[in-house]
Amino acid sequence: MGGEVIVITSGKGGVGKTTAVANLGTGLAMLGRKVVLVDADIGLRNLDIVMGLENRIVYDIVNVVEGRCKLRQALIRDKRFDNLFLLPAAQSRDKDAVTPEQMKALCQELTRDSDYVLIDCPAGIERGFKNAVAGADRAVIVTTPDVSSVRDADRIVGLLEASEIDSPQLLINRVKPSMVRRGDMLDIGDVMDILAIELIGIVPDDEDIVVSTNRGEPAVLDARSRAGQAFRNIARRLDGEEVPFMSLNESGGFWSRLKRLVNIGR
Amino acid sequence: MFEFWSRLWGRQGAGCSKDVAKERLRTVLVHDRASVAPQVFEKLKIDLIRAASRYMDVDESRTQVKLHRQDSAVALVANMPVLRLKHYTEQNNKAARRGDGRPGKAQGRPAPRH
Repeated sequence: MGGEVIVITSGKGGVGKTTAVANLGTGLAMLGRKVVLVDADIGLRNLDIVMGLENRIVYDIVNVVEGRCKLRQALIRDKRFDNLFLLPAAQSRDKDAVTPEQMKALCQELTRDSDYVLIDCPAGIERGFKNAVAGADRAVIVTTPDVSSVRDADRIVGLLEASEIDSPQLLINRVKPSMVRRGDMLDIGDVMDILAIELIGIVPDDEDIVVSTNRGEPAVLDARSRAGQAFRNIARRLDGEEVPFMSLNESGGFWSRLKRLVNIGR
Repeated sequence: MFEFWSRLWGRQGAGCSKDVAKERLRTVLVHDRASVAPQVFEKLKIDLIRAASRYMDVDESRTQVKLHRQDSAVALVANMPVLRLKHYTEQNNKAARRGDGRPGKAQGRPAPRH
């Protein structure tokens, strides 16, 4: 089939990479695409619990590369979509357990039978990062509008270039419109100005994300969630669809405010 | 548009914390990028020496190129010891102009016909 491998990365921890992978993967599955989510954060497994699949794990990514099981035995089918799968990280191993070459081979095997492979990259820029990006065709960098996260994102842009992953796209997470209005949070234009890479989407700060993570149900499944709506749009953009940035008027007040703060063309 | 309204409401100004954040980030990223790609400065140094050499002889071995931070601004500082300034003649001037891609007089004028 020849699918695409997209790594979701950030440099800084705690900006919402795993949440983004869970929501974008589920969003792409809702569009009918066949998707595999790979948790590359070996030793700190979390994508399984965010997806609500923590009780179904038998084998993990290290078991696969060490040849202890077949790839399809380790893939966990999602509860809600039968075209969505998770390859969980190993919990009791460290980042050295998989090499970049093994990761590349694994990604190649996964794309043979899927449309998208989304890789949840660990925080940091060391071994785990290098493994996670080894097999990727594209990258989405997640940042929040704060100085430390934007600074780390800039570093990641440089490292991705060195790994020959050109033109990464930026996902700005946890934007608080009220703080942006007060001038107390970097707005989208500021962040774009500084990082100078293509924007793939903006996700508002939303309490629904905490609730959906508590339940193990990605927010894209909740039609009323603002963050869920943002992630559904980003999934469509990842899939190549042109989705205007904030032309949605379902939840009028909020979106028109967000539109104002975006302040960019496209 | 947003900035316009913000200004109208008097919410955005020099004291805004996001402006402070943006300035600080800009400065720190110049240094971050420079520190992870020192080879950029080597290439820049070679280009600067080449440009200066059209007008003067410079001591290449003692030439230094670096960034200098002062308050919130970053400057490129090149220290290039000059050994000898070339005579400024029409010939040199033409050579410099040819370097800019403009044809010199000698090339541009057609040979007189008789």
